[in-house]
Amino acid sequence: MKINLRRSLSLAIGLTALGATLISAAEVEKFFDRQGNLVVQEKVEKYKRRADEGTSYPVPPPPFSDGIFPCSDCHAGMEPDPERRELVGMHADIILDHAEGQRWCLDCHNLNDRDSLRLVNGDLIPFTESYLLCGQCHGDKLRDWKVGIHGKRTGYWNGEKQYLLCAHCHDPHSPSFKPLAPMPPPIRPENIRREAAPVAPVPH
Amino acid sequence: MCNDSKCDKQAFQKSRRKVLKGLAAGIGVLALPAPDAAASVWETFFQKHFRELTRDELKKVLARLESNYSKEFGQQVSVKATPPIEGVKFGYGLDLSRCIGCRRCVYGCVTENNQSREPQIQWIRVLQLDKEKGVSLEHAKHYYNPPEVPTEGHFYMPVQCQQCENPPCTKVCPVQATWMEKDGIVVVDYNWCIGCRYCMAACPYGARHFNWAKSKLPKEELNPNTHYLGNRPRPTGVVEKCTFCIQRTREQPGRYPACEEVCPVGARKFGNLLDPKGEIRYLIENKRVFILKEDLNTQPKFFYFYAT
Ligand code: SF4
Repeated sequence: MKINLRRSLSLAIGLTALGATLISAAEVEKFFDRQGNLVVQEKVEKYKRRADEGTSYPVPPPPFSDGIFPCSDCHAGMEPDPERRELVGMHADIILDHAEGQRWCLDCHNLNDRDSLRLVNGDLIPFTESYLLCGQCHGDKLRDWKVGIHGKRTGYWNGEKQYLLCAHCHDPHSPSFKPLAPMPPPIRPENIRREAAPVAPVPH
Repeated sequence: MCNDSKCDKQAFQKSRRKVLKGLAAGIGVLALPAPDAAASVWETFFQKHFRELTRDELKKVLARLESNYSKEFGQQVSVKATPPIEGVKFGYGLDLSRCIGCRRCVYGCVTENNQSREPQIQWIRVLQLDKEKGVSLEHAKHYYNPPEVPTEGHFYMPVQCQQCENPPCTKVCPVQATWMEKDGIVVVDYNWCIGCRYCMAACPYGARHFNWAKSKLPKEELNPNTHYLGNRPRPTGVVEKCTFCIQRTREQPGRYPACEEVCPVGARKFGNLLDPKGEIRYLIENKRVFILKEDLNTQPKFFYFYAT
């Protein structure tokens, strides 16, 4: 009895120690920065767990303009300026055509951590989950998007599906879908006869 | 000019029709293939109806077609006869509030399904309609060609085979060369079709098309992944139609039809009508839905809807 107790005690201690090392391993993040230096840093839980977490909406990488992400590459050394203003110089090419009278950059982009987006309730989300941001106003579209009705969904009809982010089709700063050139119209029947190579006589 | 397999097929088409005519006149025997015709011509001539083929016979038929097509197109062509999946009835949804009439679906279909490039055959026809007049087919325009779509005051409605649950086309076929499969796809056995075109007259959606001439399909544009009842190269003188991409959708896991996959605005939806959690059931239950020419009681499995 005594031996058993001692054994299970030591087992418990061992397991705890193992658990602790596992956790500490998970809390460190390693990556290479732009200069190619290895960075080892403590991992911070930036994003809150959400209600429908676990439901997966696999999306391709967000459609960033070339070289623009991570935003912190430039913003890290800059003093954040929360004042609402017209941008000059950098980002001046972005013309907001999306309820522009009612909002500006920092209603969606996050002041202190530019690599994240910010919901109205203050929660931070990664760019790969930007549909949550859009869904704050366009809730009906988000609901349809999740079940594959709004937007393009590819993959297999009875298997894995691939989603697109809202931003893949709608520029977030000017979201209306841009017109396309149509593919050629069909040939009129009267011209089919004229243009086609000698048509074999219709067998009768 | 006329390589072996081409001649074989043309000979077969002509002879089958001549026999039917000839039989009526009691001189059918004169129209049989020439005694020195290649073996595959005779095999084709005496091939049974697709649904009466035994497993072994089917295997032989597929092998014969594969070798004929591979020779004709100078590449390895596969001809499958994948059967329907148990518990599946296919349905299609098309969001009229999204479609911009760009015709990407038309050409996606042509490439996937080996339609004739010349004379031109297209299984999908996109109609331009007036917003003011609504779904009024007399005001539909087929040949619109502005620099950009959509244009002011218009909406667009692509029409293709509606895969009716009560199909008028299959009932009029005098030789039962066309029928509805268990998964709801209406198919044609091109080797059994006699080219009478009754089904084209019976279809209220203009969804069936006739091979008036030997199709000009460039070898390098052939999609070699084919299905016997679907996109395999068609002989002259037979009718063809949309099959919900039977060669893709019956795979396991099933790919989406080519038109669904190519649509840039995501207007096209596809899935299993018998799956209560599927996207088709969702849109039927939650959106404004209509079927085309409902009054004809054809019961299409193709649902037009408005997501907004
Ligand atoms: S590809 Fe999509 S948007 Fe373009 S015509 Fe076809 S259904 Fe409409």
